[in-house]
Amino acid sequence: MKLGEIKDVLQCQVLSDEDDLSTEVETVVASDGMSEILAFARPGALMITGLTNIQSVRTADIANVRAIVYIRGKRPNETAINLARESNIPVLATGLGMFDVCGILRELGLKGGM
Amino acid sequence: MAEELLRKTYHVNGRDFENAGETATEIKQMLKDIGIDSSVIHRTVVIAFEAEMNVVMYASEATLTFVLTDEEIKLEISDQGPGIQDIEMALTEGFSTASDEMREMGFGFGMGLPNIRKNSDDFNIVSKVGVGTTVSAMVRLDSNA
Repeated sequence: MKLGEIKDVLQCQVLSDEDDLSTEVETVVASDGMSEILAFARPGALMITGLTNIQSVRTADIANVRAIVYIRGKRPNETAINLARESNIPVLATGLGMFDVCGILRELGLKGGM
Repeated sequence: MAEELLRKTYHVNGRDFENAGETATEIKQMLKDIGIDSSVIHRTVVIAFEAEMNVVMYASEATLTFVLTDEEIKLEISDQGPGIQDIEMALTEGFSTASDEMREMGFGFGMGLPNIRKNSDDFNIVSKVGVGTTVSAMVRLDSNA
């Protein structure tokens, strides 16, 4: 599924650059615990998290995550967004909560990345 | 005898949350540039990143030594910190002595050391309470875990 479609269904705001939403994702990893992401994310997974600090972006980079969706209306700061840009990781934000985001993506056929 | 190709030493500051992970990121780029297998890179940088986060959360400072040979990658993280009272417990998934503040940072859920061990082909930990902890991890270049 294209990141652009995920953006639409989750009513996301794009915090990085709009032009990098053509990337495809098939698996998803969802957690506020970064070690869990590091332990279980498959390379290329979409990461769903409510943790917005700079370590969320570093974790995504180390775990080879393809894109990040921040939930519950939370926004990372400019430093974190800039690091994501440097790492070529698109960053989106939705007002939906973890349960709804995971439920919607699963119904659309995406699989758990664990 | 394996031939040493590259050795680098990094200093990691305790409590430096903002910059934690920079060493792992630098190692990742370096290994990519050399052309190391992506699964080996992944395992190596997860080890380095978790080790850095442990230093940031618990220790005052540490030295991370990276060694690449023609057979393996070795990481040794030696910190000056509180040490670990019960290493077996610390290696148990889910066991943690982290504070709420650490958990708010997204770490401290009792998976750091288990993650390091899981990604290592060889793993060793030595700790002295009140002095510090040394974690040694090795990833073979030909491993495909």
